[in-house]
Amino acid sequence: MWQFFHKLGSPKWFYGIATRLMPWLLVVGAALLLAGVVWGLAFAPKDYLQGNSYRIIFIHVPTAFLAQSVYIMMAVAAVVTLVWRMKLADVFVKAVAPVGLVLTFLALFTGAVWGKPTWGTWWIWDARLTSMLILLFLYGGVIALDRAINDEKSAARAVSVLVLVGVVNIPIIKYSVEWWNTLHQPATFKLTEKPSMPAEMWVPLLLSVLGLYFIFGWLACLRMQTEIIFREQRTRWVKDLVMAGRP
Amino acid sequence: MAFESLSAFIAMEGHGPYVWTCYGVFVVLLAGLMLWSQRRRRTTMEACRRNYEREAQGQQRTARPAATFTRVEVSQD
Amino acid sequence: MHPIRKKRLTIVLFLLAGIGVAVALTTYALRQNINLFYDPSQIAAGEAPRDVRIRAGGMVEEGSVIRDPDSLKVEFRVTDFNSSVPVEYTGILPDLFAEGQGVVAMGKLDGQGRFVADQVLAKHDENYMPPEVADALEKASKAQPKAGETAQSPSY
Repeated sequence: MWQFFHKLGSPKWFYGIATRLMPWLLVVGAALLLAGVVWGLAFAPKDYLQGNSYRIIFIHVPTAFLAQSVYIMMAVAAVVTLVWRMKLADVFVKAVAPVGLVLTFLALFTGAVWGKPTWGTWWIWDARLTSMLILLFLYGGVIALDRAINDEKSAARAVSVLVLVGVVNIPIIKYSVEWWNTLHQPATFKLTEKPSMPAEMWVPLLLSVLGLYFIFGWLACLRMQTEIIFREQRTRWVKDLVMAGRP
Repeated sequence: MAFESLSAFIAMEGHGPYVWTCYGVFVVLLAGLMLWSQRRRRTTMEACRRNYEREAQGQQRTARPAATFTRVEVSQD
Repeated sequence: MHPIRKKRLTIVLFLLAGIGVAVALTTYALRQNINLFYDPSQIAAGEAPRDVRIRAGGMVEEGSVIRDPDSLKVEFRVTDFNSSVPVEYTGILPDLFAEGQGVVAMGKLDGQGRFVADQVLAKHDENYMPPEVADALEKASKAQPKAGETAQSPSY
């Protein structure tokens, strides 16, 4: 167990695993996402109240869901950075923060465009929407803080602390719709109950959520590899890797 | 198929502009992020390769390492 | 585990717990401000301030909507099945506005307990279904009005 943990911390070992995993992540992710989106857009029945505007759910829920899970993963990595000083954990946080930023922006944007025809407004300062906006600023803050500090180790520590401080926002996002009166409706998927929609609606939604997860996995591997090459450029193995195929 | 014709599919009973704006922005940003990430790995590798080559030339001439790497030198942004 | 790591882990856990408690206390103190709207029971109990811009939310009472034939003026009652508040609004209503649907109205309470709204937003629940299923459900609930009512009540 501990040996595996230490191996996981080796950038060289991770680089090799990532190279082997990435084609699968991309193919499976693209297939699932495409299937979910096409099914949701063209084949799922329309909603009895909202008509066709509800079809935005097939990208709104996946991006919102991923935006939060990515932050939770970053928080776990931040604990590992602070306690075990594992290089890869820090590499992960830096590699995925921009991905989280884009996903959060997409969740907010699709939510706003969906809100206009259904609620009657693009934006409202209710608990769910505001806490999601805070998540966007947290991702932005993580990226900015990392850029602001030149020393790699200080940057890793400062970023980890910021990520951990921000993690309290996640339960607030999740439970905002239950703790307070909000305009936003409660969650469609709950772990304990069956989904509040028929199978011909929730199956495509689940497909696109899973697909986006795989795409995120691919992006994380790719961006971590970039960060590893940059940081380990003085090591023998990176030099061999970069110069491979060169005369 | 939930729609009878292609034009009905695009119109979405009046909700077309909203639905298609969302999907358009989603595709552009996600694809953009994927392509940008892939390009960044390639440019990072090329920058490292140039460094190694410069280093090798420097060693031939002066027989000692001329360049040292710091985190600032090859900036990420 | 290595003692230094154990110490670091403890510090991290304390940090997290501390922030958690701080945020929990803050949100608890602010809970009234975080609520997007007052529900009709709170307004009937006099918890909502008068002549200040507030939001009122609930369900549009069945059969309470009166549209003025000459203007965009609408009157309806918003209910939470315990109390209801009369609402007055002039303007365009969102597509989803209908009797039995959730709404959030923004405006002021006047002296007589009427809510004069300047904006009405539709609130929908997390239930999605195809139109045919909704029709079938409605037919079934007309046959058994009691069952239909209890199924609807918690979801405004």
